[in-house]
Amino acid sequence: MTAPLFDQWRARSPHYDDSHEAVCDSVRAFVTREIMPHVAEWEAAGELPRELHRKAAAAGVLGLGYPQEYGGSGTIGHDGGFDIFHSLVQSEELCRPGAGGIPASLQTHGIGLPPILATGSEELKRRIAPQVLAGEKVICLGITEPGGGSDVANLRTRAERRGSSYFVNGAKTLITSGMRADYITLAVRTGGAGIGGVSLLLVETERAGVSRTRLDKMGWLASDTATIHFDDVEVPAENLIGPENAGFGAIMRNFNGERLGMAQQAAAYARLCYEDALDWARQRETFGKPLVTRQAIRHKLARMLQMIHATQAMIDRAAWTVKTGCAFPGDFALLKVQATQTMEYCAREACQILGGASFVRGGRVERIYREVRVMAIGGGSEEIMYDLASRQFGF
Amino acid sequence: MKILVPVKRVIDYNVKPRVKADGSGVDLANVKMSMNPFDEIAVEEAIRIREAGKAEEIVVVSVGPTKAQETLRTALAMGADRAILVQVEDDVDVEPLAVAKILKAIAEQENPGIVMLGKQSISDDSNQTGQMLAALMGRPQGTFANTVEVDGDSVTVKREIDGGLETVKLSLPAIVTTDLRLNEPRYASLPNIMKAKQKPLENKTPADYGVDIAPRLKTLKVAEPPVRSAGIKVADVDELVAKIKALGIA
Repeated sequence: MTAPLFDQWRARSPHYDDSHEAVCDSVRAFVTREIMPHVAEWEAAGELPRELHRKAAAAGVLGLGYPQEYGGSGTIGHDGGFDIFHSLVQSEELCRPGAGGIPASLQTHGIGLPPILATGSEELKRRIAPQVLAGEKVICLGITEPGGGSDVANLRTRAERRGSSYFVNGAKTLITSGMRADYITLAVRTGGAGIGGVSLLLVETERAGVSRTRLDKMGWLASDTATIHFDDVEVPAENLIGPENAGFGAIMRNFNGERLGMAQQAAAYARLCYEDALDWARQRETFGKPLVTRQAIRHKLARMLQMIHATQAMIDRAAWTVKTGCAFPGDFALLKVQATQTMEYCAREACQILGGASFVRGGRVERIYREVRVMAIGGGSEEIMYDLASRQFGF
Repeated sequence: MKILVPVKRVIDYNVKPRVKADGSGVDLANVKMSMNPFDEIAVEEAIRIREAGKAEEIVVVSVGPTKAQETLRTALAMGADRAILVQVEDDVDVEPLAVAKILKAIAEQENPGIVMLGKQSISDDSNQTGQMLAALMGRPQGTFANTVEVDGDSVTVKREIDGGLETVKLSLPAIVTTDLRLNEPRYASLPNIMKAKQKPLENKTPADYGVDIAPRLKTLKVAEPPVRSAGIKVADVDELVAKIKALGIA
């Protein structure tokens, strides 16, 4: 039996069948044709073109996991025939260019839209979801503030009800797709202190009083990241997502899916690091022998594989708990740590194996190395994840 | 009009094939397989003809192992209407003549206006099936199609030939084989992948068509191409020019 390649690990897993391979082929063809040739251009531009969203919508990529009645490809486990593993395959394939900003920014609706579909009014769903899923509008999620990130219960951006409108004051930062977004699913304080005073409000970015500043970053170069200021922004009350002061639960529910997706992305980047490092080690000769014959290098490659296998097993188990309805948030917190630590290890060791070649701009491993921090910090840092897990597991 | 599109399951074009240790063939164990790229072009062209309102139905057919179903499903997800799998045992390689005979039998049942085939498969590069089918059926053939234009009861095919294009006009029914530059095939959208599962797929065997698929050819040995030897370094332009002259290139 020949050694399994990047995309052949699924063949020996109980969770994946022909339909997952078909999704893999289709998304890979989309990525090869519509993304690969433009990576450098979009990283230099600091953002994705709108056209990519429309093309991704046409390919069914944007709509995977969303109801067909709003223009999606089908909700996982309900309509369209997709399960959670199809979305993992898609996540992995979108990571193949090794440019994290692309899947992150192309799919901010993955964090911005679910709260609307889960708790929003029918009018709001019909107004927002079809345009987003058609790639005509970009939606982002606004939680993190300059004063704090993970402490959602104590966020400070206020939305004050006056008549039939809310008036929003405050600021959000590190908002992915924030410069381009047409809509923000915004976490605001509508009530008193703590979790019982938090609501979600849909804000159109064209409203008076919204201003945005672009943030330059270490990684995710193809993604526009913004600080967004709200200065007495008037938003109609119909834009409230779900009941007033019940936003905290909706935000927290969002996190399981986000962390599972990020874990699969981190595993994909780790796998790419392994793939590129192995390829290099086979070709590169040092002191008259291929690098791959050196014990120090063989151990690095084997340990990379060991960690990737462990991470994927944990991802698949977590996905299976989602599929069978027994998901536990503590698992997803630990999963994210496992995945980003694996990515960090593999990125580091791939750089060591590539040597100077990993230090020169333009290679996939060099790019992935710069994506490590955003993965290990964004969506809940490792420290916060351990803290969350310890509370979830009751100690 | 109906269009019949035969498709073949082959090693994915991204995979570097390895020869089996005993030299009996190419190692297919654990290797990613896909639709033959020229067949993808044929499926795409058939869909475009239907989209232009010049065909009503596209039937895809594959002669291959059970797994060739996946290839047929891909064609259905791209937009074909129904599929026929002519199933053979997993390790059986069906030669172009046998495939052409099976396709002839299917074409006699289905009566397609056009049989649209890839010009060759990237697995064995035979480039024979389309031509054999045309001869067996006594139908006109337009091979290596660069453009295909259906007009009433004829089809005009621009053929890629050495040094340029040749235009032929064929009366229907006809056989067309597709070349690389004919079109850029679409990728199946994700919802269509799932919808393809509902489309009809008929299971047949070569015996259903009365075709004997026993090989007429014998493979003596399969070997890797010789490794390209390293070039030489020249000191300066004068030496380079001298070398080129010595080779008689310029």
